[in-house]
Amino acid sequence: MRAMRLIKNSVSLALTKARSVARGSSSTVYCLLSTVYFSPSAVYLLTDLRSQSALDPAGPQAGRIISLWWLMFYVTGTVFLIVMAFLVGALVRSRRPRRGETLDVPDVKPEPARERRMSHVVLTGIALTVVILFVFLVNSFLTGRALDSVSAKDHLTIKITGHQWWWEVEYENSTAQYVVTTANEIHVPTGQPVLFKLTATDVIHSFWVPNLHGKTDLIPGHETVTWLRADSDGVYRGQCAEFCGFQHAHMAFTVVAEPPDKFKQWYDSQLAPAVEPANQSQAQGRQVFLSSPCVMCHTVRGTDAGSRVGPDLTHVASRQTIAAGTLENTRGHLAGWVVDSQKIKPGNRMPPNNLEPGDLQALLDYLQSLK
Amino acid sequence: MRLARRVAIGVWLAASALALGACMREERGLRVTPPPSGRVQTVRLTELQPGPPQAPDVTKNEYEENAYAVSEGKRLYEQMNCVGCHFHGGGGIGPPLMDARWIYGSDPSQIFATIVQGRPNGMPSFRNKLNDDQVWKIAAYVRSMSGQVSSDVAPARSDDMSGPPPEASTERKPPVKTGGIPKSAEMPK
Repeated sequence: MRAMRLIKNSVSLALTKARSVARGSSSTVYCLLSTVYFSPSAVYLLTDLRSQSALDPAGPQAGRIISLWWLMFYVTGTVFLIVMAFLVGALVRSRRPRRGETLDVPDVKPEPARERRMSHVVLTGIALTVVILFVFLVNSFLTGRALDSVSAKDHLTIKITGHQWWWEVEYENSTAQYVVTTANEIHVPTGQPVLFKLTATDVIHSFWVPNLHGKTDLIPGHETVTWLRADSDGVYRGQCAEFCGFQHAHMAFTVVAEPPDKFKQWYDSQLAPAVEPANQSQAQGRQVFLSSPCVMCHTVRGTDAGSRVGPDLTHVASRQTIAAGTLENTRGHLAGWVVDSQKIKPGNRMPPNNLEPGDLQALLDYLQSLK
Repeated sequence: MRLARRVAIGVWLAASALALGACMREERGLRVTPPPSGRVQTVRLTELQPGPPQAPDVTKNEYEENAYAVSEGKRLYEQMNCVGCHFHGGGGIGPPLMDARWIYGSDPSQIFATIVQGRPNGMPSFRNKLNDDQVWKIAAYVRSMSGQVSSDVAPARSDDMSGPPPEASTERKPPVKTGGIPKSAEMPK
C-alpha cells in the first residue's frame, strides 16, 4: 500500500512539475510579447491558476472520478505486471532442443498431472478476470450515480453557448434585469451547486473542466445539462474537448471559484451597464467603436452596440484573458487582436481592422476602461 | 516486347507522379489583401447612357474562386441580417437574389457598391460597418445564389436544418440586363 501511495505521489508530482515548467515558459513569452503595457489591477491573477488536471480534483464529482481512475490504474497495472512477468518467464525458460532431439517430432506423451495443473491456472485466471470486471462494473455504476447527486434546489443556473471558438456565458434569472452575460470566464460561488445548461450555435463542442468534472457535449439545437460544485477557491482552466474546427485548441475558458460574498460583488459589478467615458480619449474611443465594424458583432450594454455575434464587451477589462484564453488581457495584446487577429488565431471570426493610429489608441483607452 | 512493356510501365508511373503533383489543396486565404475597392466610386449601375454604347464593366473578385471565402460570405450573409429582408435568396421584404434579375447590376463591383452605398427604398448602407474584405466575401456569396460562381466553389451545404437546395447545385441563370424594379422593391404607396 505504501508503494502504491509512493507511485501515486510521484506521478502527481511529475505532472505538476511539468505543468509549472510549461506555464513558466509561456509566461516568459507573454512578458516578451506585451512590451510596455500591463493592466495593473486584477481581481485575481492568472498565476492562481490550478494545474489543469483530472488528477487534482477540486469538486465532489472529480473526486469520485479520480477514485475510480486510481482503482483502475492499480488493478490494471498489477495485471499488466503479472502478465509481463509470465511472458518474460516464458522467454527465459524457452525450451531448447536437447542433444540428439529434433523439434520436428512433437512430444505427444500424455501428462495428466501437468494438464490438470494447467487447467487450474487457466480457470483461476478466468475467474479472477470476471471478478475484476465485475468490481469495475459495480464501481463505475456507483460513480456514475454519485456524479448526479450534486443537484440541489438552491442552485445557480448558467447557460453556456459554444461558438467557434469562444464560450458565451449567461447567468439565468427569472428577472430579466438580473441576467448577466459575459464570455470565456465563469465565476461561481464556492460550495454552491451550479446547473450548467449547454448548447451550441454551429458545431458540437464539449465543456470540460478536468479539476471539477468530466466532459459534457454542447450540441446545436439541443440542450444538455451538467452539474458542478467547486469545493475550494481557485481558478480552474477548462477546454473544449470535442474537435470543432480550425481553432479548437484555442477554445479555452476559466472557472473562477470564489467565496459567496466575493461572487456577489463580482455579479453586481457585471450587472451594471458599461461605464461612461471618463476623458476625451475614451469618448473618442467609444465613437470609434460605435462607428466601425466592431458594433456589428459586439455588445456594450449602455450604448447602441447590441449585437450578439461576438463576445459581450461590457466588462471586457475585468476579464483576465482575451480570445478564449489565448492571450493575457493586456493593452498590447488587445491592440494586436483588434488590428490583426488572424495572425494570432488564424481562421477566427474577428476580421482585420485597419484603424488610424490615433483611433486605435483611443479605442484601446475605451476598451481598457470597461471594467 | 519486354522493352515495350517496361516503357509502358515507366510512362504510366511518370504520368501517375505528374497527376499526384497536380493535386493541390485550395488555400484558405486568412490574411489576404482584398480586391481593391477604389473603383466602387466610379462603378456604373445601369447600361443606359448617352452616346455610343460602351462595353459593360467586368470586375474579377478573387474570392469567387475560393470556396472558404464564399462560405464565409454565406455566414456573414446570415449574421449581418441580409436574411432579414432577402431571406435565403427567395426575397420577401427585399428583392430575391436567387433569380436572374439584377436591379443594380450583377458585376461584383456593382454588388459591392450596392452593399456599401445602400439603395433606395430599404437597402441600408454598410459603409464603415463591414470592412472591404467582408463585403467582397458577401458579394461572392450573393453571386453564388444564382449560380454565377462555379459549383466546386459554391457552398454545398447549409448550416440550417432546412432551406433551399445548396448553392453548389444551382444552375447558372444568365443575368437579365434590364431588371426593372420588382413589386417588393417599389416605394410603398
